[in-house]
Amino acid sequence: MYSRAYKTLVSLPPLLWVGFFLLLPYALMFAHSFWAVRDGVLVHQWNLHNYATLFSKPVYVKVLLRTMCIAASVTLCSLLLGYPLAYYLSFHAGARKELLYQLVIVPLWVSYLVRGYAWKTILGSEGVLNGFLQYLHLTHEPVAFLLYSPFAVVLVLTHIYTPFVFLPIYAALEHIPRPLVEASQDLGAGSVQTFLRVVLPLSIPGLLAGATFAFVLSLGDFLAPLLVGGASGTMIANVVQSLFGAAYDWPLGAAISVCILLITIALLFFSERLEKRWSFK
Amino acid sequence: MSLAASNPQHGLSATPGALLEVLGVAKRFGDREVLKHISLNIASGEFLTLLGESGSGKTTLLRLVAGFEQPTAGEIWMSGERLDTLPPYKRRVNTVFQHYALFPHLSVRENVAYSLRVKKTSAAEVGGRVDEALRMVKMQELADSRPSKLSGGQQQRVALARALVNRPLLLLLDEPLSALDANLRKQMQSELKALQRELGITFLFVTHDQEEAMALSDRIALLSNGALEQIASPREIYAHPATAYTAQFIGQTNLLRGQIADGMARCGALQWPADGPGGAAVFSLRPEAIRLASDGAAAHVTARFHATLQQQFFSGASELLEVNCGGQLLRVRISAHGPLFGEHDFIFSIADAIRVQE
Amino acid sequence: MSRPAQLRRSPLLTIYAALVFIFIYLPVAVLILYSFNREGVGGFPPRHLTFDWYRQLFADSAIWDAVLNSLMVAAASVALSLTLGLLAALALDRATFPGKSLFRRLVLLPLILPGIITGLSLLMFAVFAGAPLSLLTVFLGHGTALISVATTELFAGLQKMDRAQEEASLDLGATPWQTFWRVTLPNLKLSLIAAGLLIFTLSMDEIAVTFFLIGRDNTLPLEIWGRLRRGITPEINAVSSLIFAVSVGLIIIWYRIRTRGLGAKDPAENAFKAFPE
Repeated sequence: MYSRAYKTLVSLPPLLWVGFFLLLPYALMFAHSFWAVRDGVLVHQWNLHNYATLFSKPVYVKVLLRTMCIAASVTLCSLLLGYPLAYYLSFHAGARKELLYQLVIVPLWVSYLVRGYAWKTILGSEGVLNGFLQYLHLTHEPVAFLLYSPFAVVLVLTHIYTPFVFLPIYAALEHIPRPLVEASQDLGAGSVQTFLRVVLPLSIPGLLAGATFAFVLSLGDFLAPLLVGGASGTMIANVVQSLFGAAYDWPLGAAISVCILLITIALLFFSERLEKRWSFK
Repeated sequence: MSLAASNPQHGLSATPGALLEVLGVAKRFGDREVLKHISLNIASGEFLTLLGESGSGKTTLLRLVAGFEQPTAGEIWMSGERLDTLPPYKRRVNTVFQHYALFPHLSVRENVAYSLRVKKTSAAEVGGRVDEALRMVKMQELADSRPSKLSGGQQQRVALARALVNRPLLLLLDEPLSALDANLRKQMQSELKALQRELGITFLFVTHDQEEAMALSDRIALLSNGALEQIASPREIYAHPATAYTAQFIGQTNLLRGQIADGMARCGALQWPADGPGGAAVFSLRPEAIRLASDGAAAHVTARFHATLQQQFFSGASELLEVNCGGQLLRVRISAHGPLFGEHDFIFSIADAIRVQE
Repeated sequence: MSRPAQLRRSPLLTIYAALVFIFIYLPVAVLILYSFNREGVGGFPPRHLTFDWYRQLFADSAIWDAVLNSLMVAAASVALSLTLGLLAALALDRATFPGKSLFRRLVLLPLILPGIITGLSLLMFAVFAGAPLSLLTVFLGHGTALISVATTELFAGLQKMDRAQEEASLDLGATPWQTFWRVTLPNLKLSLIAAGLLIFTLSMDEIAVTFFLIGRDNTLPLEIWGRLRRGITPEINAVSSLIFAVSVGLIIIWYRIRTRGLGAKDPAENAFKAFPE
């Protein structure tokens, strides 16, 4: 039905644009990771020095590990918050399901900055939470670790990504035909057993999708640490950011970025494979 | 409060021998009354069919027995104990769902073993009982397949095995054959009937297909708009329909509306001697009860009428004639006759004109 | 009247769900509350409520310059992303070519990749090409990254469209070009509006990619970011509250349009389609 001319006409512009403005830049970053900086000037000298530095210097390894821990914590917390919420909406909300669903996803698309900033004002020593605790005479001094710590970063990122995790899990739960739940009960399984034996296994693709999303985006996040992380909450993306700023070393920064990119792609790949294995029609 | 508790020996069923008792059960969804005070009993070992159109409430009644809905009024008792207050997983009732509801992430074997695993049955016993159930439905070879790889008929057998492995007191079947094509359907009907006979398990079967109901059931409960029209054996319900609806729904019939006065029934151009209370009356007269007068007289008291042939449909062993008797359209079924034309005399046995309620 | 059997409602789960909702909404509620607090941000409870910070905000010209910049970038991004996204969606829906799967992944990549990667790549590209950083580079960054959003929405819209309509049009004598304008596009009207709204909102709020491509002129998020460096004031609360309110309004409209156009039967699937499969 569609002529070759038609198909070429629609495919070519986006292909060219995406090739030029996405593929080429990513490739350029890849290339940069093999170059070096001599006396404050970028030199196109191909070497593996940057990668060696990244994996040998303890400071980089430490930050990378901390980043992974933070990303894992965020993923776990988001799942612990998002899954029960999705389950509640799908199986228990009844008539209010549609409204509640909107309430969950609408803030999802609203500014990261606004939400990160909100936490910043709440968690500080002079902030709202400390004021609240002191008001109730629960504490007499500001609680320090709330802000400018890895805790704060995990908190903020969990807040941002819980709705992201909620979405695919909710979609997966909604796709489970209700007769399966009834059949399970009919065959003698109570609510808990039905959940463990039927609902949970069939929701795994959604769970994996959400978890991957939360982990990957947390891994490469640099804004939350800047807002609430302080010195102890720095993540690997902040290192990259400074290498492209004050600590001028683009090749090293590019090398770290490439690592993040590769980890992301690898995770996406494996997640997709796992999701396929756990998809049952 | 409980209806059955009016029996001095509280806990005994109101009707001895009844496995399931439905007592004045009603169900309302919002402002829609789906079931209006149904009462019926099912005997142990019986094959009872709930028959009706969509919206008649038959599926709702089934779901009430299964435990997926709660009655708005009334009670359900099984083996002398209250059933409707129990959650589905505590009832000794199992369901074969309309679209089978097989667990897609489990193999056939694991699907069948599900209820046993939930009860933490020992592995040895599970193996034996699952094999036995699969053999009953002839699905042993495909035990390790996934449901998605099976045909509709195969899935249906697995669903059956899964429900039966539990040895329930009552098996509920929610239009299990409606998704199958005609030939497979006939075959499965035969197998189901044989299985029920062999196992002696009580079956509560839901369908909208009256032929299916008549072929399989010990008794049929006909539901219409949430009310029980009639509950009787297939032969009884066919020969003596209680209402006009029943007469029309089960098999074909001619509904004759008229009056009884002075010992005669008059419906349009037809009349015949009839007793019974005078006034308006409706009669059900099956097409096969009417014969051509020229085919010879009958032994019983007959009525006679004259009609013009309008249409003739040949169907192999028989013919269906549509005839016009004084403006009234009647259907007549006779054995294969060759083409007929024009006007004829018809006779029927008076006993075959059954008076029914409107 | 019979007593219902064991109810499936679980009070524990309901409470937990309510707590999660509170967790999601409380921070922003607090932020909005404190935008009216005379004493500034912090401490508890907020005592004197005032509109002063909003008054200060409306007099702040730097903010409004930034708003204008953001609006321009967002509008341009919508145009670019929708055009290329529409073509990409058509290509994915109708054409087969070698590397199609790779193309699809590449188009959707900016959605799942951390913003810093896309931002830095484009920065390196700009420097390599000798282009100075400005609103133009920001626009190119947004436009490119948000093609993925447009493609996803429009692809979903194409899938739901009745193919036979295009066939009927051709059958009745219209050329493919005419068919596109008279049949295809009108069918995609709702998808286009929905995609446009979403892209606009995301562009207005975008910070990660913008961070690396910004020149002298600030967009709104970057302007706020800069002020955060100097310290927290309730004026920032005020502008954040306004951003939140406007964004929520736009997203609600987006959601309504989307579920109306694409069929409200499966809202979960509709909204989830914003993610790569």
